[in-house]
Amino acid sequence: MQRKDDFAARRRKIAGLSDEELERRFWDLTARVVDPLIDLARGYTSPSIERSVLMRMGFPGPEAKAIVDQCLERRLLGKGAGHVVWKLAQSRGMDIGETGKALAEGRYWDEAVRLFPAAAGR
Amino acid sequence: MTDRQFHRPRPGRDAHPGLHGPLDAQKKLDIDEILRDLADYRPRRHGWHWREQPRGGALAMGPFEYHEVSEPLDRSVPLPAAKSFGNIDPQPDSVITTEIASGRFEDDLRRMRMAAWHGADHIMVIRTAGQSHFDGLIEGTPEGVGGVPITRKQLRATRKALDLIEDEVGRPINFHSYVSGVAGPEMAVLFAEEGVNGAHQDPQYNVLYRNVNMLRSFVDAAVAKKVMACRKMLQIDGAHNANATARQAWKVMPELIVQHAINSMFSVKVGMDKDYIALSTVPPTAPPAPSMRLDLPYAVALRQLFKGYRFRAQMNTRYIESDTREATVTHVLNLLISRLTSADVQSTITPDEGRNVPWHYHSIAAVDTAKQAMDGLDGLTEMVGLKFDGPLGVQVRELKERAVLFMEEILDIGGYFKAVEEGFFVDSGFYPERKGDGIVRSMTGGVGVGTIVPRDPDYMAPVCEHFGYNRLPADQAAKVERGEVRPCDLIGGCTLHDPAKIPFVDELDERDNVVVRLDERREHREKGLLRPEVQWYADGVATLTLFLPAPSEVAESAALEFAKKLGMRDPEVIHRGVMHPSEGSLVEVKGFVDFDIDPKKLVIPKKPKPFSDDEIRAEFAARPVSVVAATVGQDEHSVGMREIIDIKHGGLEKYGVKAYYLGTSVPVEKVVDGAVETNSEAILVSTIITHADIHRVNMRRLSDLCVEKGIRDRVILIAGGTQVTDETARECGLDAGFGRGTKGHDVASFIIRHRREKGGESRGGSGGEDR
Repeated sequence: MQRKDDFAARRRKIAGLSDEELERRFWDLTARVVDPLIDLARGYTSPSIERSVLMRMGFPGPEAKAIVDQCLERRLLGKGAGHVVWKLAQSRGMDIGETGKALAEGRYWDEAVRLFPAAAGR
Repeated sequence: MTDRQFHRPRPGRDAHPGLHGPLDAQKKLDIDEILRDLADYRPRRHGWHWREQPRGGALAMGPFEYHEVSEPLDRSVPLPAAKSFGNIDPQPDSVITTEIASGRFEDDLRRMRMAAWHGADHIMVIRTAGQSHFDGLIEGTPEGVGGVPITRKQLRATRKALDLIEDEVGRPINFHSYVSGVAGPEMAVLFAEEGVNGAHQDPQYNVLYRNVNMLRSFVDAAVAKKVMACRKMLQIDGAHNANATARQAWKVMPELIVQHAINSMFSVKVGMDKDYIALSTVPPTAPPAPSMRLDLPYAVALRQLFKGYRFRAQMNTRYIESDTREATVTHVLNLLISRLTSADVQSTITPDEGRNVPWHYHSIAAVDTAKQAMDGLDGLTEMVGLKFDGPLGVQVRELKERAVLFMEEILDIGGYFKAVEEGFFVDSGFYPERKGDGIVRSMTGGVGVGTIVPRDPDYMAPVCEHFGYNRLPADQAAKVERGEVRPCDLIGGCTLHDPAKIPFVDELDERDNVVVRLDERREHREKGLLRPEVQWYADGVATLTLFLPAPSEVAESAALEFAKKLGMRDPEVIHRGVMHPSEGSLVEVKGFVDFDIDPKKLVIPKKPKPFSDDEIRAEFAARPVSVVAATVGQDEHSVGMREIIDIKHGGLEKYGVKAYYLGTSVPVEKVVDGAVETNSEAILVSTIITHADIHRVNMRRLSDLCVEKGIRDRVILIAGGTQVTDETARECGLDAGFGRGTKGHDVASFIIRHRREKGGESRGGSGGEDR
């Protein structure tokens, strides 16, 4: 889109504001622009986010990647990749590290999927 | 060099397991040692460090008092002129950044050390091209392009080296890189684990300049920022890139204000403290634009609007050409703006940015430019204030209004994503003017499109510092709420709380790694051979500067021929400057030097060690000496000689030497006559002018005249001057020559030594023997 500089006309509605009022308006508007972005971030996750969860759980990069890729394939990412590892470890009575390693190697996935029945229907 | 010799103990900076320090200033950094036992190395502190301000605000250094400085370093390289002020090295109050981007991190480490000695305490490591599109982490230490692959091993080795370097210079060093691209959350965790102190993080940067899908970019950013916040890393935004991209950089100022605001508020809402959110601002123009009139109102508007946030003042890159002098002047004007407003972090751009990836000495030059200008401008605003009742006030208000209108239109059109789709950003019109050349991105396009997934009602992440919806088991959630446990207690601790859990991946590529690169040059290094370098060890790059009395195109071709005939391989013109269309051109050529010099085979002139002041005084008390001194020929330079003889400058008179100073432009004959009349034992002549080798003519004439008059045997003949060397003076028949930096005690020591040698005497004393 092309538009000539119509600043003089547009500014009329804010010309009368004091500096403080103008600044407050700026930050109020900013909050309104940012709030939906924050809401989006609160409600979504991503492969990188889930790998970062697995990293924080102590998994090396390549294992984290393998687990997340397989979560995606089985539509489990919305549960949280760390959740999948944790729940499977609980259910099998295994250590978190061992469980993740096994999942990264492609083992126990059917069992993992069964632990999250809602995922199957999605 | 200053070497304060003592090391002030600082809390939390004790010896650290795995560190082999302290470093010895006379020894190079041992990269093999840095790489040893990396698996066990852990950072000894986290978070950003601001420079310590002196108690009471002011600091006395040498003959001066400073008002905008921080605590001095233990070891550093002062500015060249510091030698006239007792070698002081005042460190400005702002953190000073150096950007390092050679592609081989092992060579970067050495540059980091040099930069730290010049006053940099923010080391920004540029990432290799393409890493922002790498969906995951890179491991090992492959070579990069225009930067290094940021990996755990590279980060850990760098942090370890910086820990040693910060102990050496006596000030904590902030280590910085990028939490952007499609692996932002992982990079943030990596940085939090490895003791990185600051990072660029701005989802808008990904969207506009890296074409990362905008939904993915914002979703990732929230988690990345939350992790950064827990370690108190300083965040720097990416708004300044609009300056570097827009066709007319000064037109995007309203938009930049909007970009800063979106990232700043998004960060605050995620949980970052304003004190760790820095706006990356750049003065948008450069001379010959009337830059101060455009750049200053923008800098002021930002600082007024963003009270409570931090400011990272970057230098202009948009208008850098190959002329390093021009770039430096622009950067000094940028520094003036920093001093007139504020700069928590003063970034530096190397003056060779317009030519190539920054070279060692240009990086250092940029750090010195910042230090020099900020020292020189110390306390400026105590005397000079901004005048708001004129164009400054009007423009500041106008910029804010334009930014408000921009933000309103974003909302009117349906929000941020919609605005990006409509090409609102990086349009070169001065908003509300629109040129229609903005960057357009689609919500359904870009790298990583379609990869975000809604968190299910039972979504859970059993770790700490996780942003967003997280349904922990009910009993756990209640305890977390009450602050009794951490989310990661579910899994027995996360890496942020239990560093022992951090895994270490060494090399994945057998050929492309630091060990292989080091081995290729191992023999060269161990033999101590020398080859010029600009960025990589012994890369062989050298430059040649030529003025040729020819038009620039002719001069360029001729310069390449000169370089080839001088033996440079693959010469390339890196700068040309027109002095006049036909009278002449300046050409700078770079090329490769394909041979080594073995320093062991060099004949290096040995500097005699001067006697101590007490020894000199005792000697001259026992055997008094008088000298005749003058600047000879048609030469009015008096400063050098006065420094050598005046008591005020610690010259010969201080030691009880009787000095007959005859003045400047004294004929050589008169000096010799003076020596005869006063029965002086030595003649000191200063000869600064070298036109047509007149300095040599004068020296020879002095020697010849003394022989003619039959006094050569009983007078010591000494010459001094900026172009005089001991060798040239002796060639001309004198006993000694002294160049730049000579002090009275050097001359006094020589007189003593010479007298002893002639007299065949041997006396005690520690001085006198060669080092």
